[in-house]
Amino acid sequence: MNTKDYDLGPIDIAWCPGCGNYSILNTLKQVLAELKISSQQLVVVSGIGQGAKIPQYFKTNYFNGLHGRALPPATGIKAANPNLTVIAESGDGDMYGEGGNHFIHATRRNPDITNIVHNNMVYGLTKGQASPTSEAGFKTPIQLNGVVSQPFNPISVAIALDASFVARAFAGDIEETKKIIKKAILHKGYALVDIFQPCVTFNKINTYDWFKEHTYYLDSKYDVTNRIDAFKISIEQNKLPLGIFYINKNKKTFEQTLKTYKQNKKPLYQRQAQMDKIIKLINSNK
Amino acid sequence: MNDITIVLCGEAGQGIQTVEQLFTKIVKKSGFNVFSTKEYMSRVRGGSNSTQLRISTGPVNAYVDRIDILITLSENAIKHLGNRVSKKTIIMGEKNHIKNNKNLKVIEIPFSQYAKEIGNIIFSNTIAVGVLSAVCNIDKKVVTEQVEDFFSRKKKNLVKNNLLALEKGYHIGNELVKNGKARINISQPTKQKNDIVLSGTQAIALGAIAGGCNFISSYPMSPSTGVLTFLSQQSNDFDIIVEQAEDEISAINMALGAWYAGARAMVTTSGGGYALMTEGISLAGMIESPIVIHLSQRPAPATGLPTRTEQSDLEHALYSGHGDFPKIIFAPGTLEDGFYLTQKAFNLADKYQVPVYILTDQYFVDSYYNITSIKLDRISNMNYFIKTNKNYQRYELTKNGISPRGIPGYGNGLVCVDSDEHDEEGRITESMDIRTKMVDKRLRKIKEIGKETLLPKLIGSKNYKTLIIGWGSTYHIIKEALEKINQKNISFLHFNQIYPIHKDTLKYLKKAEKTIIVENNATSQFSKLIKLHTDYEINHNILLYSGLPFSVETVEKQIKQILKRGQK
Repeated sequence: MNTKDYDLGPIDIAWCPGCGNYSILNTLKQVLAELKISSQQLVVVSGIGQGAKIPQYFKTNYFNGLHGRALPPATGIKAANPNLTVIAESGDGDMYGEGGNHFIHATRRNPDITNIVHNNMVYGLTKGQASPTSEAGFKTPIQLNGVVSQPFNPISVAIALDASFVARAFAGDIEETKKIIKKAILHKGYALVDIFQPCVTFNKINTYDWFKEHTYYLDSKYDVTNRIDAFKISIEQNKLPLGIFYINKNKKTFEQTLKTYKQNKKPLYQRQAQMDKIIKLINSNK
Repeated sequence: MNDITIVLCGEAGQGIQTVEQLFTKIVKKSGFNVFSTKEYMSRVRGGSNSTQLRISTGPVNAYVDRIDILITLSENAIKHLGNRVSKKTIIMGEKNHIKNNKNLKVIEIPFSQYAKEIGNIIFSNTIAVGVLSAVCNIDKKVVTEQVEDFFSRKKKNLVKNNLLALEKGYHIGNELVKNGKARINISQPTKQKNDIVLSGTQAIALGAIAGGCNFISSYPMSPSTGVLTFLSQQSNDFDIIVEQAEDEISAINMALGAWYAGARAMVTTSGGGYALMTEGISLAGMIESPIVIHLSQRPAPATGLPTRTEQSDLEHALYSGHGDFPKIIFAPGTLEDGFYLTQKAFNLADKYQVPVYILTDQYFVDSYYNITSIKLDRISNMNYFIKTNKNYQRYELTKNGISPRGIPGYGNGLVCVDSDEHDEEGRITESMDIRTKMVDKRLRKIKEIGKETLLPKLIGSKNYKTLIIGWGSTYHIIKEALEKINQKNISFLHFNQIYPIHKDTLKYLKKAEKTIIVENNATSQFSKLIKLHTDYEINHNILLYSGLPFSVETVEKQIKQILKRGQK
């Protein structure tokens, strides 16, 4: 398969020139081509935001739902048909703010989906307000004196919840990001990939250069199975680590816990109501 | 006497529900018709809860105020029941529970002393069952069989002691009958019944399974939780995915995702939980997703009375979900309605790609009675999703507004749905022209939906002068009240589909000289809806919003009062 298989041809893309979303889109197409995942077998579920528009810009099935609400339908879709590859993808405000409760509980529930978060530390679509991951002191049209709260740390929260797969990438590094997303999709269970990206229009602080200066990659000696160390590293303030922080291979996926699929592997749309069983059940109330 | 009403009243945690379940089975097996309902507080221990059991050789399906026999299991019981206890009520209870009531017919029965002699105070319940069975002249063999059966399903070693408790109670009851203290003259049934006894909860849940439900995501909330619990208990046998979501927003969105991928999903909730789902309902309207919502009403606003009953979410259900899009709302009045309408809901949701509601309430879901049968040969399910081809467009502009619904992974097409306004492919659009066409398309479905709107049911003569109108769970109550009033020129029009309203509604209303609506809410919500759609203003309303259901006596009395006022 080829990245061209996912191309839609000439379309009106609503992203600013230089936006990190373009390289994430590019990276994603390459990953899908290399993993040979057909558009028909893929569902991208997104919320609302600039990043959440991504499924509309390449060939795929998609469920572009409500702001903050990508993870619940993604869970329902994967449970109804586990043969589909399901990616839940939106920005940091959508996933960690509006959708914060779903982020926590999807991590616990562990559906076999990949959660890609476009983390640019600002609200782009609504023109520049702070997001849950904005740094303290970040000035915006609403937070005139700078953000007061401490930023949300999705990596440490995910590790605290013993998430199945936790990683962070940087949109500017297509090769490294590709490796991480590939591993995330192949991983059986909930896989978080928080992708740093600049918002060239509304975030003049966390630029491409800023990210290059303030991040480093976890090296090959790093042990992804050590949860305590992963947590320690995730709360580092000086330079922000990139790469795979933590993998827990021992968790059952949500779909694996469902009795529905124990004997019968068919997706729900191939099943019918069993009328003779229903008659028996009704008559047991005599 | 035609029917007896027995009330058990005590604290939460005393096992009243055990008595209710067991005695209902006994009574039904003996050939009686049985109706039971409960009113309870929002607590796990203490307080005052009561269960009403009505038995009769004729049909009994409604709540009454009258109490013929009262078994008190706590000090507050008699006070709690207030005016429902009369000089005719035979009251049985411990010394402590009947004290200071010398002007009433009280009989002391030391339930807990006898229960403790057998081994545990909880056996009071089975003793009570024994007393009632003897007083109602039920064959001891039938009672014994049922007690054995009931407790053997729980734990083996419970059977022996419960049989002892039963023996004790039955003996006490017999003595009371012999010495005339508790003589009940009720016509005896001639043969056993092969009926099924169901609760409203069971009817809804069974209807869902029969409708092909294979996914339910919900958050526990009284009085809707029973459906979630029931489906969870059946989930192994019936291939149903049951998930308790972290909140109601997650619940509705999971269900929409499930439908998108080809499942038949429902949610079960009450007013406050439904309030959280309303953005999701709007999403369903925009992406044209089927969804079935069981909304079991309770007194509002906000937390209200969590364990009581009301019919005040009609407008909430109807007008919620921002924007204009079609929906269907059913409001079952009978157990059969609960079953058939829920089964139907899944098929209509799939066919028209709209939200379909089953509006019940605490009184409906918590009431049990016997019905002859549920006929499965009357029903069938049809899947409306299609296999897509390469050029598939999810929102193809069609003449009747219904675009064939594809699902991902089934065919060569791509299925794209978007909460933004979208074009035929499902892609975001800001074109005012496409926007207008899409709104028109979604609303065009209303015409097709209208063709399948259910007629309201007319009970009584077609030549009525006075017409009583009701919807949902008040069906049997109003019906019995009219039987008591026994006037040929009063009929009853019951709506089990409240939206859309059938186009013949106005014909029924205009025919009457006087119209009276009975509803469990403060602002007469259904009469407002009727006025909006027919321009007809109902003459009188009988409203109740205390948290309790209407009783047959209250409806009878208030209808008579209104008719009397009219005769000058």
